[in-house]
Amino acid sequence: MNYFPEEVLEHVFDFLTSHRDRNAVSLVCKSWYMVEKFSRDSVFIGNCYAISPERLIERFPRFRSLTLKGKPHFADFNLVPNDWGGFVYPWIEAMAISGVNLEELKLKRMVVSDESLDLLSRSFVNFKSLILVSCEGFTTDGLAAIASNCRFLRELDLQENEVEDHKGQWLSCFPDSCTSLVSLNFACLKGEVNLASLERLVARCCNLKSLSLNHGVPLDALQKILVQAPQLVDLGIGSYVHDPDSETYHKLKCAIQKCTSIRSLSGFLDVAPPCLPAVYQICLNVTSLNLSYAPGIHGTELIKLIQHCRKLQRLWILDCIGDKGLGVVASTCKELQELRVFPSYVFGVGRAAVTEEGLVAISAGCPKLHSLLYFCHQMTNAALIAVAKNCPNFYRFRLCILDPTKPDPVTMEPLDEGFGAIVQSSKSLRRLSLSGLLTDRVFLYIGMYAEQLEMLSIAFAGDSDKGMLYVLNGCKKLKKLEIRDSPFGNGALLTDVGKYEAMRSLWMSSCEVTLEGCKTLAKKMPRLNVEIINEKQQLEASPPDDRQKVEKMYLYRTLVGPRRDAPDFVWTL
Amino acid sequence: MSSEASSYPKEAELELGLGLSLGGGSGSVKSKGCPWGEYDRIMTAKDFPAGFSRGANASAVGAVSGTKRAAESAASPEVGSASSSGVSQVVGWPPIRAYRMNSLVNQAKTTNAEEDKVIGGNDKNNDTLHKKVNHGKGKTDTAVKEKGHLGFVKVNMDGLPIGRKVDLNAHACYETLAQTLEEMFFRPTTTISSFGSSGEKERATQPSKLLDGSSEFVLTYEDKDGDWMLVGDVPWGMFLTTVKRLRIMRTSEANGLAPRFQERNERHKSKPI
Repeated sequence: MNYFPEEVLEHVFDFLTSHRDRNAVSLVCKSWYMVEKFSRDSVFIGNCYAISPERLIERFPRFRSLTLKGKPHFADFNLVPNDWGGFVYPWIEAMAISGVNLEELKLKRMVVSDESLDLLSRSFVNFKSLILVSCEGFTTDGLAAIASNCRFLRELDLQENEVEDHKGQWLSCFPDSCTSLVSLNFACLKGEVNLASLERLVARCCNLKSLSLNHGVPLDALQKILVQAPQLVDLGIGSYVHDPDSETYHKLKCAIQKCTSIRSLSGFLDVAPPCLPAVYQICLNVTSLNLSYAPGIHGTELIKLIQHCRKLQRLWILDCIGDKGLGVVASTCKELQELRVFPSYVFGVGRAAVTEEGLVAISAGCPKLHSLLYFCHQMTNAALIAVAKNCPNFYRFRLCILDPTKPDPVTMEPLDEGFGAIVQSSKSLRRLSLSGLLTDRVFLYIGMYAEQLEMLSIAFAGDSDKGMLYVLNGCKKLKKLEIRDSPFGNGALLTDVGKYEAMRSLWMSSCEVTLEGCKTLAKKMPRLNVEIINEKQQLEASPPDDRQKVEKMYLYRTLVGPRRDAPDFVWTL
Repeated sequence: MSSEASSYPKEAELELGLGLSLGGGSGSVKSKGCPWGEYDRIMTAKDFPAGFSRGANASAVGAVSGTKRAAESAASPEVGSASSSGVSQVVGWPPIRAYRMNSLVNQAKTTNAEEDKVIGGNDKNNDTLHKKVNHGKGKTDTAVKEKGHLGFVKVNMDGLPIGRKVDLNAHACYETLAQTLEEMFFRPTTTISSFGSSGEKERATQPSKLLDGSSEFVLTYEDKDGDWMLVGDVPWGMFLTTVKRLRIMRTSEANGLAPRFQERNERHKSKPI
């Protein structure tokens, strides 16, 4: 093996695309380590505080693509205060200084300032792709910098970010010389864009495959855009409101007929249902449909649309589809692999809820289902057992019953058996979210059967420390564990402290863990950051009472010790 | 039904009941034995005491503590209502990305008013209920419409440098808002015992101390004009359209407003429904 020239090794390693494989390869011997080190092209960092940018650059000097994740998952639900952290600026700065040839940057749950975007746009001549998911801290001014300065930009993909609109015509900042765009997604922006600039941009980017518009782009603009871009594969419609008897609508229908490559449809942020028939043609070939931001499509219109989608593999929908509507999905979409049903109104009142009936129907009709996110009003053990039997291939199963401690309404029992059936049947389950009334028993099942489980989300569940221990002892591949409002305390936390170094992170909020427990853990495990979020200054008294329960604890393994950008309300023990 | 509710005249019970079933959410449609199912009619202004906006939630019947206590206890036998009004008060639940939550609210203003019959409904009762539910919700939508991108507003408390944010759209009345704020600022640990299994009303329904003047703090808000006002005077819907941010102020700094609270509370307690 040592006699292989490095170029050959490198060529072989090129075929290894997964991070896991590449990590494994670098452990074989010193020369493999070195070859892999210099040929590593893309790096994934699941927790931006696990390592510093300087060390990353030292380890992989030639990477071109970086994925970074910042805040803990529960930050999506406002459980983490603003200013907690997750700033991307230091990363961009370090890469710029070190001359990293950055081409792709994907960020999730990070704080991205306009300064960061500006620095990014000016520091990396070959920069091609920016994907921001669930980020915040920037405005359309930052986007203007990206548009103006990134000469070879191929991808600008903004997903569910909170972006402040500065009305600065950011889209018009793409120079006339920019023809390289392949993907442009600005559906989450609240403001207007210059429609003429948009049309011209689309016209000159002949390789544009993916385009998602925001609500500021009306139907007549959509029509003109589609005329210029019949090669689109992925279309997100902004506003879809017009008079179906008009000339414009007729022109739209003609334009759509020429778009024979569209396989993915989303948006409909504003919708006039009588205009929907124009897209039926697209639906025939669509494999991915996201109507989760389209409350305007419901009832019979929604059903008619779905009935055209025989090739659907991925469906994101609102629960106004109802159980009956899910029945239609089950009989129409036989290729369905991923389903997400979101609540259409969260404040207690919905137009039509979905229940266990809809889910059972889907499982019976769509045996290929392997990924589920399902918000519903109720669930039964019988239903979950049936689903487990019909669909044994789940790798992602997330169930959210809107009343978090609701039992099986038929038997009034906890949902332990139902979830137990799911973990037992889906042997490749990697991600699981629980809800409903649950005792320690469900965790016994999870520990016993969920051998591939990597991420587990627990809320309002369990009776005692035993529950958490079943999981920590049983799930050997567990990487992320997040728990809220459950009665797990120091006993569970401290039993196997070594486990946490094999995991990415642990979140516990509103549990029974005390300050003393956290301090003990921090002392035993120097390579973990044990952070306490101390919002209400409950731990103000000095010295604070160790017996006090900790409201929010977030711990994660790290190679670089306590972070230096923690705000006052975050204590690293 | 508790004895408290039965002490009111029968008519009032009926009215409260109607308010509850219609506001109680479509979850109740699915549950068996909904006690109010036979009361099928569209609610009109006369169902509500004057000056209060229609809201989706049962407790929108009044921020007035006397009426509200009865309303809440009357809600206890109803599965849907209990679970749905309980859910809206938990921070970070249901687990939906804040961006999506805010979007839902903003999109409510552009939703088609003319709704098709809901496919999910399987009986006339259900459909009528949905029409009423949406009718009832209309006022809240209007309130949201006027406010634009209302969702989370800042809340600061005297003496604490770190503020919080609260989602006003998760509430349909002052009481639940005040309770949520109390949990955020005064009760650091949320015990799970506050969530009984659905159908049992185990949730503590003590009237909020922030609203009745018995705490050393009062709840105030800054309105569109930049003035600081006491929370609770105007109808909820109107409040939504003018509130910019909240502040939990020391009563001592509130310049004699607290006694007014006490007085107002007593006045309403003695008022017949």
